Amino acid sequence: MTNTINEVEDAKAIFVIGSNTTENHPVIGYRIKRAVKKGAKLIVADPRRIELCDYADVFLQLKPGTNIALLNAMAHVILKEGLADEEFIKARTENFDALKATVEKYTPEYAEKITGVPAENIIRAARIYAEAETASILYTMGVTQHTTGTDNVLSIANLALLTGNIGKPFSGVNPLRGQNNVQGACDMGALPDVFTGYQSVTDEKARAKFTQAWGVELSGTPGLTVTEMFSAAENRDIRAMYIMGENPYLSDPDSSHVRYCMEQLEFLVVQDLFLTETAKYADVVLPAVSWAEKEGTFVNTERRVQKVNQALKPRGKAKADWQIINEIGKRLGFGWNYRCAEDIFTEIAALTPSYAGINYERLGVTGINWPCPTEDHPGTPILHVGKFSRGLGRFSAVEHQDPAEKPDEDFPFLLTTGRVLYHYHTGTMTRRSKGLRKVLNEELMEINPHDAKALKLQESDLVKVSSRRGEVKSKVRITDRVPRGVVFMTFHFKETAANLLTSSHSCPTAKIPELKVTAVRVEKA
Amino acid sequence: MTKVNITINGQQLEVDASMTILEAAESAGIEIPTFCHDPELTRVGACRICVVEVAGARNLPAACTTPVSEGMVIETESERVIKARRVNLQLIWANHPQDCLTCEKTGSCKLQDYSYRYNVTGSPYQGEAKVFELDNTNPFFFRDLNKCIYCGKCVRKCFEVNGAGAIEFMYRGFNSKVTTAFDVPLEESSCVMCGMCVDVCPVGALTPLQGLHNNRPWEVEKVLTTCPYCGCGCTYYLHVKNDKIVGLTPNFEGPLKGHMCVKGRFGWDFVDSPDRLKTPLIKKDGEFVEATWDEALDLVASKFKEVRAQYGPDAIAGLSSARTTNEENYLFQKLLRSLGTNNVDHCARL
Amino acid sequence: MERRRILLCAGTGCISSGSLAVKEALLNELEKRGIADQFEIVTSGCHGFCEQGPIVIVHPEDIFYCRVQAEDVPELVEEYLVNGRVVDRLLFKDPISGEAVKNHMEIGFYAKQSRRVLHNCGVIDPENVDEYLAQGGYEGLKNALQMSPVEVIEEVKKSGLRGRGGAGFPTGLKWEFTYKAQGDKKYVVCNADEGDPGAFMDRSVLEGDPHAVIEGMLIAAYAIGADEGYVYVRAEYPLAIKRLRLAIEAANRLGYLGKNIMGTDFSFQLKIKEGAGAFVCGEETALLASIEGERGMPRPRPPFPANSGLWGKPTCLNNVETFANIPLIFRIGVEEYTKVGTERSKGTKIFALTGKINNTGLAEVPMGITMREIIFDIGGGIKGGKKFKAVQIGGPSGGCLPEEQLDLPVDYDSLTAAGAMMGSGGLVIMDEETCMVDLARFFLTFTQKESCGKCTPCREGTKRMLEILERITQGNGEDGDLEMLEELATTIKDSSLCGLGQTAPNPVLSTLRYFREEYEEHIYEKKCRAGVCTNLVSYFILPDKCVGCTVCARNCPVNAISGERKAPHEIDQSVCIKCGVCYEKCKFDAIILK
Repeated sequence: MTNTINEVEDAKAIFVIGSNTTENHPVIGYRIKRAVKKGAKLIVADPRRIELCDYADVFLQLKPGTNIALLNAMAHVILKEGLADEEFIKARTENFDALKATVEKYTPEYAEKITGVPAENIIRAARIYAEAETASILYTMGVTQHTTGTDNVLSIANLALLTGNIGKPFSGVNPLRGQNNVQGACDMGALPDVFTGYQSVTDEKARAKFTQAWGVELSGTPGLTVTEMFSAAENRDIRAMYIMGENPYLSDPDSSHVRYCMEQLEFLVVQDLFLTETAKYADVVLPAVSWAEKEGTFVNTERRVQKVNQALKPRGKAKADWQIINEIGKRLGFGWNYRCAEDIFTEIAALTPSYAGINYERLGVTGINWPCPTEDHPGTPILHVGKFSRGLGRFSAVEHQDPAEKPDEDFPFLLTTGRVLYHYHTGTMTRRSKGLRKVLNEELMEINPHDAKALKLQESDLVKVSSRRGEVKSKVRITDRVPRGVVFMTFHFKETAANLLTSSHSCPTAKIPELKVTAVRVEKA
Repeated sequence: MTKVNITINGQQLEVDASMTILEAAESAGIEIPTFCHDPELTRVGACRICVVEVAGARNLPAACTTPVSEGMVIETESERVIKARRVNLQLIWANHPQDCLTCEKTGSCKLQDYSYRYNVTGSPYQGEAKVFELDNTNPFFFRDLNKCIYCGKCVRKCFEVNGAGAIEFMYRGFNSKVTTAFDVPLEESSCVMCGMCVDVCPVGALTPLQGLHNNRPWEVEKVLTTCPYCGCGCTYYLHVKNDKIVGLTPNFEGPLKGHMCVKGRFGWDFVDSPDRLKTPLIKKDGEFVEATWDEALDLVASKFKEVRAQYGPDAIAGLSSARTTNEENYLFQKLLRSLGTNNVDHCARL
Repeated sequence: MERRRILLCAGTGCISSGSLAVKEALLNELEKRGIADQFEIVTSGCHGFCEQGPIVIVHPEDIFYCRVQAEDVPELVEEYLVNGRVVDRLLFKDPISGEAVKNHMEIGFYAKQSRRVLHNCGVIDPENVDEYLAQGGYEGLKNALQMSPVEVIEEVKKSGLRGRGGAGFPTGLKWEFTYKAQGDKKYVVCNADEGDPGAFMDRSVLEGDPHAVIEGMLIAAYAIGADEGYVYVRAEYPLAIKRLRLAIEAANRLGYLGKNIMGTDFSFQLKIKEGAGAFVCGEETALLASIEGERGMPRPRPPFPANSGLWGKPTCLNNVETFANIPLIFRIGVEEYTKVGTERSKGTKIFALTGKINNTGLAEVPMGITMREIIFDIGGGIKGGKKFKAVQIGGPSGGCLPEEQLDLPVDYDSLTAAGAMMGSGGLVIMDEETCMVDLARFFLTFTQKESCGKCTPCREGTKRMLEILERITQGNGEDGDLEMLEELATTIKDSSLCGLGQTAPNPVLSTLRYFREEYEEHIYEKKCRAGVCTNLVSYFILPDKCVGCTVCARNCPVNAISGERKAPHEIDQSVCIKCGVCYEKCKFDAIILK
């Protein structure tokens, strides 16, 4: 997030796109509703009629995979109606002409044909967003999990640049992180192309710094992303894999393929709390501890570094992940000897300018938002104030592209996936929680009443859902939350693993798979 | 900010004109009892336990709702104030179960604290008392409306903070009760089980099921930590007793003001799920067998060395985790990179 | 030819005693005789003398007929309208002298009144705006619009008008606060949620002269800078709502409401919000919450509505009678207006007289009149020649005054000093057969039922006070009960959130103040001197008076009375259920209560 969670409450307009906030980020969802009560205007763009629609001034029910057309059309309206922040564009951005030229053809009527959203609603949304004194955009995987994921994000950024809604309070471009420490994992360089703090592996200076600090030679070639790793395993380019605290068998697209790839490995180590679906394919399974049994830090979606403290002793012989990695590092002859999590954090701060001013003692009960370059720096709740990190904000001219899969005669429905309030990700934690299990313990695929009628389905009937890659059986929940032709499933339940259906088509830049659009067939089972 | 001069309990103070008497008193370290006050909720002045004596005022105004004004002279513990507080506590007592010995709230109950403070040992008022059936239909907490003192914090938290508005006062006067629209069970209402009502209840009307009969406040250690679910990063204190989690208190001083959702508030019990991995496993002939750490770690290190020697460092790949800590992610990528490869990623994209 | 005007009361009281049927009969009769064109039949608002309804007044002679029924109409037409002979039997009979009274103003009930706010009630057709205009309607507004808002407020301040809803806050001051409050939007709200048992002043004004209220609100709106207003009126007043609605339509039509009123920049729109019958919604903050669609529960003050009222905007909130005073001030001028009243309580006050009094109804009296004048001159004294005991003033929030306080001038400050309050104007008159403990219990039953439940002292405290009173009236009172009552009363008054709670103990406190010995008799002697508390009384037959007629024995529902014919009877106290039937049936006053 460029801005903080609490600022959402005082924005004058909020544009929520591809985020079912009240279920996936409830605490942020509360703030959106509070903002509306305080008089903020709310725009919701989602293929599903999510709870926030009840609070929205405009609901843009777009077809899955048509974000760019919608966003470009909003930019079109903003420009055409003279609602753009000329001063901001002049002073702080570049490449404006390219954007202008591109969005020219995206009239609301043109976008209506692609998105299915009535032109007048696009115009209303554009006006609300552009006319508000402060407007905040919130988005999540509904925007990113597409073959055009990167472009989707760029066109969101265009809107913020166009209206000057960045670098000031109560505004910004705010991706909501779906997991407790995605932000931290990225910050820490758990990515194929960067070290900590997004220092590029191809940058020789950075590499030299880390080489010196770590005392090892480092590769200057970016590595493979998750999906590429599995393909490489298939080709036997990757021979050994170390998977820590992840369950790609359920979370990654096209599970059957993932499984096949894992089976091709010579050696697989999985480190987890439980014998997950992925761990079953491992050669060695290492027992890790939960967050309650160890010390460390997480970074939340607003870049706030916060403390995790040990409340419990490790269960059985399980060890903290850092202890296990430390042991492996020792055995690999790296000369490591970390005694505690704080030792590691001190090293992080020394090598990472945006963390340089942070230490455990300073985190207290509130934590600190990075960048925090020095020990007397209070942290940075709002990014890009006065200046972008790259200098000028760059408009990106991006075009709509159809998703990789479109419904056809064989697979007439579009499946879109996500989470529900009572469960989380692949369910390894929530499905082991007594109360949560009691509320919900099975998939209920959402299907529109018209479609259900056509398929002669009753509430809770069992259906077979199949795609070009696989099939699962699921119960249905008949609801007009989903439009006709679209069905919705979660990926919480291994019994109905939705990712057996999804495809590994992914965004060429970010390599993020298109989990939000899969052509499927639904039959009564 | 405009300032005003006031006198509280003989102490002269200069405070912000926008303050209430309660805030001004707190700023001077003077504690006034409250049931219905919560700094982030609408001020309702319902419980009246915070009444104080203001020179020249006809009645005893509520400290939580009355703004200070220039020259105000306030007594927070005068005889008249104490009498009103005592009578009000006795009135609550007369309509409240007297089972403090076994009540889950004992030790963290405001009614108990204030009764102790004002030496209220019972109630002289005999008469009708409310009788409600215990509601333990939802899996997270039970409602004992017999203990409700009508402070309404749950109602306001649910409506003003959560936005669900699942509960409200129903009926009027002595027959009031806090319940859902049409008095349906909580699960059938718009309740999303965030538990924020539970955490603001000053008495034993709302009690979490987790840690039941095993959670005296003086027995537990409270450890501040950060929620392991979504990216909001709510912080809270885990209650630990005998190396088990028995409860949780949100971090009200934290940036997110102690707001919670159902997963964070109640979904922590997976920690002691019986199928936790407790020892390293090595697969032999297609079956996992238990191993020592040394066996497992030696095997991992030697395999990595072997693969690197045979196929080069880029034949090794690692998936780090968005669930684990920064320190662990850092070490993980350092490990892979030290092996000579940048094949490290995690599930940020999923 | 000038037509004779027949005023037929069509207030809620007279309608329920049959005035519409009288109108129908009158029209038919006049039609039948072919003289309909000589008369103008006007259905008016309330005359206040509801007990005597339906009321028919014939002008220009001002002959006052009462309790007229449809079957009386042919005689009335034949004898009086045609032949000019007054129909004696339909005239009002003075309750004390028993003499028939012909003219309206000769009736004691009216003679001592000062009908200024009610001057249109019973005189004009409230559904016809022209009649209001003919009486000087909207002239006050016209005058006000020629002044600046500050001048208007100044006039109201000078008039000395104080809120007629109960507390008596100076109206001009309230307007000034609202005028000075910062706000992009302001409201004027009229409190017509009249809830005191037996009070119907506001209803009568709304039914009889709705434009006066609208005009008063318009002047307020102009003064404080509001462009929108609400009348919050209880749904139990359908006729008032109907007439108010018609009046708003007419005012809109004639340009007294709406945009650019009377050619000025001043605009004002007025809406009606119907209340759902909660007494507490008469409390101003609860009323505002109710208009907003929230549960009708009071909110803490400050902030006062003048600064943060309806939807958080500055709001001027007055009650019906207060607003109805405003046009008068601006029509006749402050000097004329202030000629009536006392130093600190100007103008008049309307009271609703009920209870054990001969003339029940509505009376508008000058401030400063004594309670004795109201009860004995206007009210015609106590029914059945019984002895006056006390008067409850101010409804359930007020207090009672005993005989020795009757010469107290009726104004805000004297009443408060005496432990009662002006209140909205309900007067309940009690005679020697009223038990003061039971009376306190009655009022507390009401407030306890109407407590909204928000604050502890009112919700829990009134319940406990009521339980103690019930205990006492049932003969189970104990030593210490009175002290407990007083302790509870003090805390409830001291610490309740709103006016309902803060005043709820008043009936108990004032009866304790003036009639403590009655409480003590109940507790220590298990005796109710008024014979009201059934557990504390027994019926006895006086042998020397009993003639043995057996009527009591035959009527006793539980066969508790035995005795030979023509011999004194006896009541078996163990069987008697104290229903009182024997007492009522005995023609020889042989049965007594002890």
